[in-house]
Amino acid sequence: MSTLDTAAPGGTGAGAAAGRGAAGARKPVAMAQAVNRALRDAMAADPAVHVMGEDVGALGGVFRVTDGLTAEFGEDRCTDTPLAEAGILGTAVGMAMYGLRPVVEMQFDAFAYPSFEQLISHVAKMRNRTRGSLPMPLTLRVPYGGGIGGVEHHSDSSEAYYVATPGLHVVTPATVADAYGLLRAAIASDDPVVVLEPKRLYWAKEQWSPEDPEEVPGIGSAVVRRRGTSATLITYGPSLPVCLAAAEAAREDGWELEVVDLRSLVPFDEETVAASVRRTGRAVVVHEASGFGGPGGEIVARITERCFHFLEAPVLRVTGLDIPYPPPMLERHHLPGVDRVLDAVARLQWESGRTMSGDGGGDGGTEGGGD
Amino acid sequence: MTVLEQPGAYRLAPPPGWRPRTDPAPLLPDAAPFRLLGTGTGPDGGAGADADGRAASGAHAGTADGGALDPELLLRLHRALVRGRRYNQQATALTKQGRLAVYPSSTGQEAAQVAAGLVLEERDWLFPSYRDTLAAVARGLDPVEVLTLLRGDWHGGYDPRATRVAPLCTPLATHLPHAVGLAHAARLAGDDLVALALVGDGGTSEGDFHEALNFAAVWRAPVVFLVQNNGFAISVPLAKQTAAPSLAHKAVGYGMPGRLVDGNDVAAMHSALGDAVAHARAGGGPTLVEAVTYRIDAHTNADDATRYRTDGEVAAWREHDPVALLERELRSRGLLDDAGVAEAARDAEEMAADLRARMNADPELRPADLFADVYAAPTPQLTAQAAQLRAELDAEAAAEAGAEADNRAETRTEGGGR
Ligand SMILES: Cc1ncc(C[n+]2csc(CCOP(=O)(O)OP(=O)(O)O)c2C)c(N)n1
Ligand SMILES: [Mg+2]
Repeated sequence: MSTLDTAAPGGTGAGAAAGRGAAGARKPVAMAQAVNRALRDAMAADPAVHVMGEDVGALGGVFRVTDGLTAEFGEDRCTDTPLAEAGILGTAVGMAMYGLRPVVEMQFDAFAYPSFEQLISHVAKMRNRTRGSLPMPLTLRVPYGGGIGGVEHHSDSSEAYYVATPGLHVVTPATVADAYGLLRAAIASDDPVVVLEPKRLYWAKEQWSPEDPEEVPGIGSAVVRRRGTSATLITYGPSLPVCLAAAEAAREDGWELEVVDLRSLVPFDEETVAASVRRTGRAVVVHEASGFGGPGGEIVARITERCFHFLEAPVLRVTGLDIPYPPPMLERHHLPGVDRVLDAVARLQWESGRTMSGDGGGDGGTEGGGD
Repeated sequence: MTVLEQPGAYRLAPPPGWRPRTDPAPLLPDAAPFRLLGTGTGPDGGAGADADGRAASGAHAGTADGGALDPELLLRLHRALVRGRRYNQQATALTKQGRLAVYPSSTGQEAAQVAAGLVLEERDWLFPSYRDTLAAVARGLDPVEVLTLLRGDWHGGYDPRATRVAPLCTPLATHLPHAVGLAHAARLAGDDLVALALVGDGGTSEGDFHEALNFAAVWRAPVVFLVQNNGFAISVPLAKQTAAPSLAHKAVGYGMPGRLVDGNDVAAMHSALGDAVAHARAGGGPTLVEAVTYRIDAHTNADDATRYRTDGEVAAWREHDPVALLERELRSRGLLDDAGVAEAARDAEEMAADLRARMNADPELRPADLFADVYAAPTPQLTAQAAQLRAELDAEAAAEAGAEADNRAETRTEGGGR
């Protein structure tokens, strides 16, 4: 395996500029292609890696993420299964028991639900209940989230179900480099990892080198994507571009927003998040999943526990509404957008005039923005 | 006797005294798909030989209506088939014009769709999947209402209770237990209705398919399961889906009859479904009907079928076209001439023009509906979120009006304090 897991946890580098070799040239690559590359490289590196799912063979998956894998590695390594998610994950459990590293693709977020019995009752618990005798080195890839104009059952943000299940790692890339790096790390992990791939970012291209993929921090590390002093936006997956756009727009109003990309929901990188919030004194958590019972609640609770004396305002959330995912023509009303993020930032009690009083949190006070 | 009591005693006995509960033979499907069109089955009954000289035989060849091909019914089916074909073309065209988010076409499967839509009584229920909009339209629903899900302004456009058509179901096979439960409840209430549930070949692999069939058989629920075996689950061919002799054979394991039918033969489909519905209504329990058919178009307009199948395969199925099969029969019987064909086409064109015109109007979007009917009464949180969205939209509208008024670019204006 490569050096995927060697990056220091809690990395706060600007991510994209991490050290790279000179070999592979960077070119515009879409996230879906990077995922494809990760699967291919993992399969080439380890014969125990098996890809299985619906339409992953000749079709190459409905998002073309498995394109060419059956042609290159054969049907035994990249398998079109019968159409049954519980069966797919259940047989993957058995394959993992026998030493394989199954990489299961669920076609869409909402179509993973039939597999939850296997996921919750077996995948998540097997290591624990067998005292480590039967680890589950399997990867569950789930394209998730909205913003693609999909009709019902094609746009769920289902991360809350996964993060609420002890025993599962849950990661979600927001960049091309992370799509590759986190998936390689997931496949290499001896624990089950749910990789939530934001489907609306599948076709977003970034400069990246497939021949020489840059190292990224491993599972469990958050990354500061943008430095700022006024407040911290904490987000992941499909909402990262929204938060970066909001941070850009906020400059007009005099706010320098820091943006933390969680990347890994479980394990949760409390150090990076707390360090950032202690620096800025204000925080907004942004995700597409419904707010009530969503991951934001857990994140806010942890920030409050760790940073209470550094906070200038309550930690706010900008999330999807507490409704079933809307039909495509109405989904814009549900999704957190730049305006809602900025509205939340504006509500961070700037008028109080208080400045940060704590120590050790880094570079000091905040400036009132807005108003 | 309650509805849950099964006829026939069953006592476990140690071998060699053990016997199967029921004789499996009568449950078995025919050796070849049941056909009526082109078999010479006359209006006066007798099942004849098909084009290959093979007898249209098997346990079920003698249908409830004596195998008769009632001319009036055939003409009705013809109209519906021609309309169905045109409906599929029109809906596909609407995706290209951006009027539908997506359309899973049933081109090539019109016979199964139309038969399913026409075979039921008003009190019966239809449980369609996403591909079965034509069945709902054939049943008499407004195509615009049926297509609402795929247009994307709401998750559905017709009232399931009023129309007795369950919501179009996308999570595969998950509606099959619903059909069983509804039919069971009706039977408990003493109502003699039947539920007809549609699923694809791929959907038969799901656990819910198994569970639904098992419940239906154990409860002798008045349900008919129609599997449209169109050869593919998106890209995955049937061979990777099942090792069963046929999907109809699966019925035997549950203790219900399985019927293998030429799904492109609308007369056979109507007859087989009619038999199954009558059997269920009479208290005979469920039936599994496999319609052997073919998905002529790609999975949806977004799919590229050339990645997993050849044009030659599609061409072979075009030769066994449901509309052409019926027209050949009707013409040979002197029931249809060029004028009749033209008249059916005109009728279909009218339907298409109306559908086109109404789908070309922008649907009225009501964001407030997002919060309605999530619960019988909204939670305090939902009420607050609805008010928040209303404020945002008011601000957005005011900003737009303002921008128009003074032609000054204003980017973000709504919301707190900027
Ligand atoms: C539970 C579930 N898994 C996956 C999907 C995604 N999906 C939609 S249609 C389809 C293929 C279904 O094939 P089949 O049952 O043969 O029906 P057809 O589309 O051919 O009518 C798949 C895999 C889904 N809708 N539901
Ligand atoms: Mg199919």
